[in-house]
Amino acid sequence: MNAKVYGVTELNNRIKSLLDSDDELAAVFVRGELSNYKIYPSGHHYFTLKDQEGTLRAVMFKREASKLRFRPENGMKVIAFGRVTVFPRDGQYQLYCAELSPGGIGELHIAFEQLRDKLYREGLFDKDKKKPLPKYPERIAVITSPAGAAVRDIIRVLGKRYPCAKVIILPVRVQGAEAPPEIVGAIRYANRYKVADLIITGRGGGSIEDLWAFNDERVARAIFESEIPVISAVGHEPDVTIADYVADLRAATPSNAAELAVPDCAELRETLLGMQIRMVQAVNRMISQRRDRLTTLAEKRVMKSPLNYIEDRRILLDHLQRHFISAAQRIIAIKKERFVKLAAAMDAMSPLKVLGRGYSLAQKADGTVVKSASDVQCGETIDLRLCSGALRCEVKERFEA
Amino acid sequence: MEEMSFEKAMARLEEIVKLLERGDAPLDASLKLFEEGTKLIRRCGEYLDNAEQKVVRLMKSETGEPVELPFEAGEN
Repeated sequence: MNAKVYGVTELNNRIKSLLDSDDELAAVFVRGELSNYKIYPSGHHYFTLKDQEGTLRAVMFKREASKLRFRPENGMKVIAFGRVTVFPRDGQYQLYCAELSPGGIGELHIAFEQLRDKLYREGLFDKDKKKPLPKYPERIAVITSPAGAAVRDIIRVLGKRYPCAKVIILPVRVQGAEAPPEIVGAIRYANRYKVADLIITGRGGGSIEDLWAFNDERVARAIFESEIPVISAVGHEPDVTIADYVADLRAATPSNAAELAVPDCAELRETLLGMQIRMVQAVNRMISQRRDRLTTLAEKRVMKSPLNYIEDRRILLDHLQRHFISAAQRIIAIKKERFVKLAAAMDAMSPLKVLGRGYSLAQKADGTVVKSASDVQCGETIDLRLCSGALRCEVKERFEA
Repeated sequence: MEEMSFEKAMARLEEIVKLLERGDAPLDASLKLFEEGTKLIRRCGEYLDNAEQKVVRLMKSETGEPVELPFEAGEN
């Protein structure tokens, strides 16, 4: 037999690669009791996990240890999560601990991970299953405790940003055994009676046990099945619940949910103002282009005879622009400071001045504009609109172009 | 147009602004669009300005129908 002789490091490395190739050991939960807990000056934590028969060495690096939400003590029952690998220098395998939680909570963590994985595989978190939120919600159902800070925050932010939306509170308990069925009932009720076009459900921050209702499978499924889009608003960052994964949109806090739910009224007013300005500019540009074209035509004087027609058209355009400007000014009158500024700018280049030069507009009794001598009959009554006032005239003679 | 929702009114407005900016419609049609747009802007503005937040609490009647009650923050 030709036995291979390993170097120590070589063998350690071989064992290491064996352990590292095991997917289960790469992310594993271990239940045990803390002993030999030591915090080194480097900030890394070293400890041993043990049960009746065995021990397991473990290390938690400074970065992970800084996220601990409790103070680990010897004798404490915990659940550790991490990967198992070999430290070749010592020839020791150990757990590189990423998370550590006190026993009872550890169980909740495991339940959470398992449910999350299960629902993920079922497709409840799929992006293409997310329903689009209404752009301008008219009725918002808020499913939460009527007594908490969450409901007050949501009402306050909605009222400030977008008071147009009616807020419909569906009071439920948000912690304790009764909470999940109540939340589920409220979501289904809102759907059955179509009481809203958007749902916000959640609660303020708390311990993992406090938030547990939002990690409930029944709640997750009710959110998924809701035809009304749902925003989840649980706790404060970085709490993430199953409800957050399955909701159509996840908000970090209840206030944040209200911000995401509605547009901001002030911004919408700006948008409206912007659209008004764009419309005014577009039409003004259109009129000016046409007038310029006619002016060029008239200046060429190559077509003496259609000059009347050109003048008519010019007058019509002036009339239109005047109408337009006055319409714009009417709107402007009801708007605020920025609009007044725009009005001043527009007035400076107003074609009213052109009208002041003596153009007028001829209209028939039915209001149509007279563009050609052949449009009217001798004896017909037409109205001449002047820069100020109008004249009713009778056609005595026609001079055809 | 009378009972157009705010959402529809906003969508129509965006459409009108685009049409006007393209500038290829006849002038009188453009002016009609402008007028329509102006009315919509006024209506949308009023909708925003006149809004007063309504908050209700929804309860089930004996037959299960939703009943709206006033909501006071902090009640239980």
